[in-house]
Amino acid sequence: MSYKGKFRVWRGEGGEGRLEDFTVEVNEGEVVLDVIHRLQATQAPDLAVRWNCKAGKCGSCSMEINGKPRLGCMTRMSTFTEDETITVTPMRTFPVIKDLVTDVSYNYQKAREIPSFTPPKDVKPGEYRMQQIDVERSQEFRKCIECFMCNNVCHVIRDHEENKTHFAGPRFLMRIAELDMHPYDVADRKDSAQEDHGLGYCNITKCCTEVCPEHIKITDNALIPMKERVVDRKYDPLVWLGNKIFRR
Amino acid sequence: MERHEYDVVVIGAGGAGLRAAIEARQQGKRTAIICKSLFGKAHTVMAEGGAAAAMGNVNSDDNWMVHFRDTMRGGKFLNNWRMAELHAKEAPDRVWELEAWGALFDRTKDGKISQRNFGGHEYPRLAHVGDRTGLEMIRTLQQRVVALQQEDFEVHGDYEAYIKVFAECTVTRLLKDGDAISGAFAYWRETGKFIVFDAPAVVLATGGIGKSFVVTSNSWEYTGDGHALALLAGANLINMEFIQFHPTGMVWPPSVRGILVTESVRGDGGVLTNSEGRRFMFDYIPDVFKDKYATTEEEGDRWYTDQANNRRPPELLPRDEVARAINAEVKAGRGSPQGGVFLDVSSRLPAAEIIKRLPSMHHQFKELADVDITAEPMQVGPTCHYVMGGVEVDADTGAASVPGLFAAGEVSGGMHGSNRLGGNSLSDLLVFGRRAGAGAAAYVDSLGAKRPQVTGVEEAHAEALAPLERQGGENPYEVHHELQRTMNDLVGIIRKENEVAEALQVVEKLKERATNTTAPGGKIYNPGWHLAIDLRNMLLVSECVAKAALLRQESRGGHTRDDYPAMEPEWRRKLLVCSAKPDGSDVQVVEKTQVSMRGDLITLFDRAELSKYLTEDELAEYDAAAKELS
Repeated sequence: MSYKGKFRVWRGEGGEGRLEDFTVEVNEGEVVLDVIHRLQATQAPDLAVRWNCKAGKCGSCSMEINGKPRLGCMTRMSTFTEDETITVTPMRTFPVIKDLVTDVSYNYQKAREIPSFTPPKDVKPGEYRMQQIDVERSQEFRKCIECFMCNNVCHVIRDHEENKTHFAGPRFLMRIAELDMHPYDVADRKDSAQEDHGLGYCNITKCCTEVCPEHIKITDNALIPMKERVVDRKYDPLVWLGNKIFRR
Repeated sequence: MERHEYDVVVIGAGGAGLRAAIEARQQGKRTAIICKSLFGKAHTVMAEGGAAAAMGNVNSDDNWMVHFRDTMRGGKFLNNWRMAELHAKEAPDRVWELEAWGALFDRTKDGKISQRNFGGHEYPRLAHVGDRTGLEMIRTLQQRVVALQQEDFEVHGDYEAYIKVFAECTVTRLLKDGDAISGAFAYWRETGKFIVFDAPAVVLATGGIGKSFVVTSNSWEYTGDGHALALLAGANLINMEFIQFHPTGMVWPPSVRGILVTESVRGDGGVLTNSEGRRFMFDYIPDVFKDKYATTEEEGDRWYTDQANNRRPPELLPRDEVARAINAEVKAGRGSPQGGVFLDVSSRLPAAEIIKRLPSMHHQFKELADVDITAEPMQVGPTCHYVMGGVEVDADTGAASVPGLFAAGEVSGGMHGSNRLGGNSLSDLLVFGRRAGAGAAAYVDSLGAKRPQVTGVEEAHAEALAPLERQGGENPYEVHHELQRTMNDLVGIIRKENEVAEALQVVEKLKERATNTTAPGGKIYNPGWHLAIDLRNMLLVSECVAKAALLRQESRGGHTRDDYPAMEPEWRRKLLVCSAKPDGSDVQVVEKTQVSMRGDLITLFDRAELSKYLTEDELAEYDAAAKELS
């Protein structure tokens, strides 16, 4: 049941690199990451790839397979034909460190810029009471395994490096929505979502939702509702009037 | 060479490491977190079932004493009872604390944290989020670290003034000044450059050793680094013969062989059947558990809805029992087509309910095996999952015998005895992560201005560089593969004297071969080089496991000897303690007597139950304690 598969893998470091061709054994039931591992063990011991759990739970092995952002561990070889050449490249939005490994520090910086969960001061641990229906909204977003493929695919930064300073990307705009919908969070996140984290740049093309391996409805359930909340505030005539009077 | 000074260095960024780092920082210590992977990817994310804590939200009869008893029973009374006591008492506070840091657990109808049933736990006890509890925990702790960094930014203008994460950084040696810890030596995976940490206290939180076995639920990081670092620094390991083979790992397709199928499948009604369609677990209820488990399918099924009047089904026996039962069925020729047994939830719950309760299992089987668990049974078999053994520590502070060295979580030993209950790991990480962080902080305080000096950097540097500099040596992947096969086949779930002895000979030869491995390529992100370095750790730990397994002539928990199938009360009091020389040679295993349980704890058990585990002498101690308390 095994065959010789054709792979074309990006090799390189320090801003330079090329696609290298390999012919490698593929067995029934394997995923792309298995084949990458076989390349490491038999032909290219220094081929760099990130991975941890191999079960789609840690979000480490993000790569682009035939141009599409995918988790290597969740891409079954049976979805390709035996004579197909499979091209594996690193995520494009982040600088390549080596081979398939990219520098994803942008994501950690953005995570740090978003104010943390802010509970009311008078609720003690053990006193939290929340209904299941109220936590489910944020729970959906907390399924995120931080593979960063949504940020990788988002054209706001994929095609415009200059936006990285003021755009948090779908992952962290979703984090803002998650906190905003947390039953006990008291921080006001609406203005900063728009002004500090670039929510307005999102023009709901839903690319992030399409690539999410956890099938989180990032656009529909996080970004659009968050945009609505921002709009409600920003264009609310009473708030506008209040602001006018307050400023005077 | 890059050099940093910290008060506390935490190695590992899973649940235990992050909780330890948070504690050290909250106590005002400058803290470094070093992790082999990216921040937030640690193996804790794989934990599915939940965190066991006797909050009593679902059944108000639950309390720390019941949890303590369950834990001791699960570990076959070999546990460090003080750790089991602290764990049972403190777990609820640690879970509630997570909630105050933003965790969103599933809820009960009255809005409290919901708790689910799990193997070996008398009451519903596991705080959970569907079947992705580990992810919730790691994310919450990660976000707590970020919150502390934001506080520091407000005060000092620097996010990393008091707590900094060194991601994709691997420690290869602990550094010492005389007898005491003085720091750690590491390399950056990204650049291959070396880095020296100058710190009086080091907390090991490196997790387990599963990568020494072929079939394992563990990720590549689980190479026993902390176990080996501790040994090489002069600390002891205990209980290394006890390895938990989780009963239900995936068996198909081969590439995902070993990946975990959560116990919640059984907790929520899933049943194990053989090729004849028989629920075989009813045939494997051991005597010590006879009165706690249902003897008919009808009673077992009633338990899911009426736990007060029925006993639990035997699918929920502790993990070691279920793993051995599956192993026996497969050996008897009653296995599934791909060499496991069947685990079926599709005939037990409506499809929508399965998807709601077990979303990531549904997803995992659909995506990885093309199996719809709402429509057909899964095939499962035992997989190397958890090592009960680890660094011998003081229960209250997590301190190892080497001054300045602390350990928490899977890398520490004692808490779980010979077998860990599901759900007790996540709570263990929180309880003892916090305690080790506090222990390290107090130790730093006790030193005052007297900081130990870093020594041994040159030796550590030469050792780490060797695989890159050697020419024409062996491929490290081959040595690794042979080690995995050897441990799996000869020191696996069922052990025999001659096989374990054979494994030791093989390990000895592999140790030699490992010193002659070559990693082609440069220093930048070179996995071959990294593996060549990790091999030292895996081999050392494997040697400890095999030597301890050879000595313990009984079967108990995660150690089953074909030639000594019974559990022996005489052995219950004996702990096997491993030590080694700083170069990793001369691994010694010696017996040590377990300290008697405190009177108020041992009398929480019935004498009749204890008589199955204890010697006559110990029962006399029990009688004396009972008399004193009455």
